[in-house]
Amino acid sequence: MKQVIAVLTVLAAIVAFWYVACVPMNIKGVLTEQERAGAEVQPPSAKDRRDMGEIGLALNNSFAIPATWEQKRPRLPAPHQVAVELWETTIGKKITSKRSLIYHGWVTLSATMLGFVIGTGLGILLAVGIVHSRVMDLSVMPWAIVSQTIPIIALAPMIIVVLYSVGIQGIIPKAIISAYLSFFPVVVGMVKGLRSPDAMQLDLLRTYSASRSQGFWKLRLPASMPYLFTSLKIGVAASLVGAIVGELPTGAVAGLGARLLAGSYYGQTVQIWSALFAAALLAACLVGLLGLLERVVLRRMGIAQ
Amino acid sequence: MMLVVLAIAVWLLGWWINSRLASGPYADSRMVRTLAPLIFGLTIIGVWELLVRGLEVPLVILPAPSVIAVRFANSLPILWADFFQTIIKGALSGYVIGCGAAFLMAIAVDRWDFLRLGLLPVGNFVAALPIVGTAPILVMWFGFDWHSKAAVVVVMVFFPMLVNTVAGLREATAMQRDLMETYAATYWQSFLKLRLPAAMPFIFNGLKISTTLALIGAIVAEFFGSPTLGMGFRISTSVGQLSLDMVWAEIVVAALAGTTFYGLVAMIEKAVTFWHPSQRG
Repeated sequence: MKQVIAVLTVLAAIVAFWYVACVPMNIKGVLTEQERAGAEVQPPSAKDRRDMGEIGLALNNSFAIPATWEQKRPRLPAPHQVAVELWETTIGKKITSKRSLIYHGWVTLSATMLGFVIGTGLGILLAVGIVHSRVMDLSVMPWAIVSQTIPIIALAPMIIVVLYSVGIQGIIPKAIISAYLSFFPVVVGMVKGLRSPDAMQLDLLRTYSASRSQGFWKLRLPASMPYLFTSLKIGVAASLVGAIVGELPTGAVAGLGARLLAGSYYGQTVQIWSALFAAALLAACLVGLLGLLERVVLRRMGIAQ
Repeated sequence: MMLVVLAIAVWLLGWWINSRLASGPYADSRMVRTLAPLIFGLTIIGVWELLVRGLEVPLVILPAPSVIAVRFANSLPILWADFFQTIIKGALSGYVIGCGAAFLMAIAVDRWDFLRLGLLPVGNFVAALPIVGTAPILVMWFGFDWHSKAAVVVVMVFFPMLVNTVAGLREATAMQRDLMETYAATYWQSFLKLRLPAAMPFIFNGLKISTTLALIGAIVAEFFGSPTLGMGFRISTSVGQLSLDMVWAEIVVAALAGTTFYGLVAMIEKAVTFWHPSQRG
């Protein structure tokens, strides 16, 4: 209960700070608009206003403060503007509409999921190979670890264009980017998990004269589950980032990344913020779903406390 | 066709050497542990070169490693300027500001329990979000130059660093805290002599995660607008001109920068947390 109150307080503080921040961020644009509309603005010349601090301007023209929360193209949209835009573009539009965020979210989500499934599948396979083959462990594992320190997302624009030039477009290029971004975290986490049974447990299986595959199915795989879920949660977040970034370089017309890019071209800040929140909600749902699955699976297995 | 056969031969040779090394008597020695990945890497590059030449893959799909190396060597001044703009100006300044701010915030969060209860769940939540998405907004606010890239990096590294540091500052056990209490240590004494050193492994974990995030943030932010300079700018324009050898050269730079940055932080970690079990042995 105390925690809920604390979280709500912090959230309220963030929203309050956001509203306050809107005033200095937007005041210059608002004053220009108000002056055009015929209002008395202090100081009257645009040149003086440009050289003045934002906070001073807001104090001199306190009548204009409410307008900073209602601008059409603000530098920083107020929370309720973003909320209204989110509501209108999700619930208020048909999902087949090109302006519906659910449609754009679905485009991104489908690429994310396809890539995530491919990436984790291959990652688990490679991890199994690494654990069972000494050669692969020695030669591949160091590279998998090094890959974590490299901004491999920089490959994204190239993958899109190269695949486009050989005639592949649409969901596949984005899914490939998502796949390789989720691949390496899963490999590293899964190798750690498959190695987590200690020597005592492995020896016990040996005294049962268990075969290698029995040891894998009955000990290593179950023991790796907590590690798997941890890296799946990292992987799905990385996949989503990959799908969003994959929509940037070709000027894609659909998807959350495309909404971000279009918004930044046309100065539609409210649209950018609502796309951003939609992406955040999507990420939260994906990670939350995996967390739920983790709880259920680990409880059924008797690992969770 | 000859080259393709040769490529298969190179692959088999590399694999054979490594399996001999792995099953040999020195399999656990340090030398084999560094040699095997190197051989594997060289094998991949050899196979790549031979396959691209043998199958006559066009340059716009995949340039051969030798072509990339030549391009790298020929455009060192451009690559250096891009590196300086993106990594030193954008990523590094954002990294320092973001990690520093998160560290100070973590001390405040650790001091006041209410903040920890309220801010930590929010921080954990935000750390999992696709924060690169804020790039277009920050580019709009701070202009096209490196300031906006540094701002993206600050936002990206802040929460992972915060979460790790707060976890670290709670690492000292009740027994150890009590001992400091019996010495009549003040808050800051016990902070500096007990809890900060105990937090170091966690802090460095956050710092290491942040190195990669910083590079990602700085490069991706340039896709949303940049001066005519910078690694992200060069990658997106070179892709547009289909000069993929330049793109690969930039990726080599990014990889080198990423590994060096991470390696430097890991080296400092080794020096600072020499007492920790993971660093001994």
